[in-house]
Amino acid sequence: MNLQEYFSLVFSDYTLRTITLGTAILGAVTGMLGSFAVLRKQSLLGDAISHAALPGIALAFLITGAKDSNTLLLGALVSGLIGTFWIRGIISKTHLKSDTALGLILSLFFGFGMLLLTFIQKQPNANQAGLDKYLFGQAATLVESDVWLMAIVTGICVVVMLLFWKEFKLLLFDADYTKTLGFNTKFIDILITTFIVLAIVLGLQTVGVVLMSAMLLAPAAAARQWTNSLSKMVLLAAIFGAFSGVFGTAISASQNNLSTGPVIVIVASVFVVFSFIFSPSRGLLFRQIRFINNRRDLELQKTLSFMYRIAETHDDISHPHAIKILNNFQGFTKKTLQKLVNKNYVTIDGTMWSLTEEGFETAANLYNQNFKADV
Amino acid sequence: MDDNMKESNASTAFAVKVDDLTVAYNYKPVLWDIDLEIPEGVLMAIVGPNGAGKSTLIKAILGILKPIAGSVSIYGKPYKKQRSLVAYVPQKGSVDWDFPTIALDVVMMGTYGSLGWIKRPGAKEKKAALEALEKVGMLPFKNRQISQLSGGQQQRIFLARALVQDASIYFMDEPFQGVDATTEIAIINILKELRKEGKTVVVVHHDLQTVPEYFDWVTFLNVKKIATGPVKDIFNDDNLTKTYGINYKVSVQK
Repeated sequence: MNLQEYFSLVFSDYTLRTITLGTAILGAVTGMLGSFAVLRKQSLLGDAISHAALPGIALAFLITGAKDSNTLLLGALVSGLIGTFWIRGIISKTHLKSDTALGLILSLFFGFGMLLLTFIQKQPNANQAGLDKYLFGQAATLVESDVWLMAIVTGICVVVMLLFWKEFKLLLFDADYTKTLGFNTKFIDILITTFIVLAIVLGLQTVGVVLMSAMLLAPAAAARQWTNSLSKMVLLAAIFGAFSGVFGTAISASQNNLSTGPVIVIVASVFVVFSFIFSPSRGLLFRQIRFINNRRDLELQKTLSFMYRIAETHDDISHPHAIKILNNFQGFTKKTLQKLVNKNYVTIDGTMWSLTEEGFETAANLYNQNFKADV
Repeated sequence: MDDNMKESNASTAFAVKVDDLTVAYNYKPVLWDIDLEIPEGVLMAIVGPNGAGKSTLIKAILGILKPIAGSVSIYGKPYKKQRSLVAYVPQKGSVDWDFPTIALDVVMMGTYGSLGWIKRPGAKEKKAALEALEKVGMLPFKNRQISQLSGGQQQRIFLARALVQDASIYFMDEPFQGVDATTEIAIINILKELRKEGKTVVVVHHDLQTVPEYFDWVTFLNVKKIATGPVKDIFNDDNLTKTYGINYKVSVQK
């Protein structure tokens, strides 16, 4: 199947439609919530939560013996939440910094989860196979009920976000100030964190424990490059996330045997790289172009002011001077001189240059204008 | 009953009353047994060396930090019931100015407290925010992304956000830190204006030279409260030496 076939089949083929819809919704909700995580500088929290969910999946299987995804994800949710609150406890009750706390919980829970997985694999139960799909995810196992669950959670998440938009924004920007206005910051905080945990748990089946945090961070990091408004950032992150899901699924479906989760993550990363280079205001490319332009302008101004200082000493400001004397000044090239001519600041006659009235005026006001532009 | 009445009457004379306030981060107390009464309508500086607990005192009064012991009352009632009367200007460095928002939005945040949960700011709140921006001379910058503002402009935005709250008591944490002379004068003029309107302003301040010029009330703090009162009565060598541990007169008049 090639990409074209995929897009013609996506609306008619049940499996393809389910998986595509699932990954799109997942990308949208993680992108949206990921914006909050990124702005709170809790980028690593997602990584810790997803790893902390692994033992929950294993324990849920051991206790119930069922491989139904909802049961396992409930286990993941509980252990993800426990992990999160331990992290918060460690940060507030000890001297450890948050990165240390995150790292500790991440490896502790993941280690315990792996231990349980190997234990389960050694059991004579024929039902045990396939739990390891939660490590890297397997989008092909998505069924309609999974997608419904994702859609419902996403819906609730959107409603809550719209309701508490003002409070979320306030807390993200200035938590102390939020407290003094009389808002219960703990409640807002728990609300945001709970939804982040929920989104991560929903994605485990598709993207897996190991790569899940990229779903949270990549769309948000890409979106931040394009806008200076929180609402637009959240919206853009949701769109980037959804497109990563759809494109990732399309690529993995059209190239046999490519695992969907990693492909989605790579597509999301492409969005990030593209944004970091090509964003008009924050992108590397345009920043470099602006930098070069500024430097050129400055050189031009320097040459002009050098000419001004020479012309100043003469009664006639347009008295011609040899181009040679400009060599004392290093910023001068033929090109910059030509530019000054184009701007009508200077006229050139053979090897002599002379300042025009306009050029003299501009040079005299050069620093004043800079000052004005500054204010 | 009678005693209670008398007590509450006595304390209403003060805008802020702090009783036995003690704060400790780990084992060592940062503030020790602070009793402080701030009369209504004063412009007060809190001065003291680094680590004296000046910011901590403000944060503990505002409930941002939980004290080990002590109580705070605003106009005779517990702070929690009087929140709407109190506005806070945090240190400029306490937030990430690369946050995706514009100046007007930050000032609008000052209206969130009176709006309460869920309700969105409307035309009335926007008008109040624009007026506050005008007062601090930042109206031309209302749509500017906040990371594109200079340090002094960011400080003015924070001040405008507090002005929008239309409070009776203002707590400010080092509003003059890292701002140029123009902004410093602009800010102090606004503070003096607030005092004229009968509001109480409490400022954590570092520059001792300007205390007599800017403020009429002062509190010396160094873990314990050293002294509090009118600047003209208590701003003297004795208290400065007690607070800073050096003979300050010598270093000032150099």
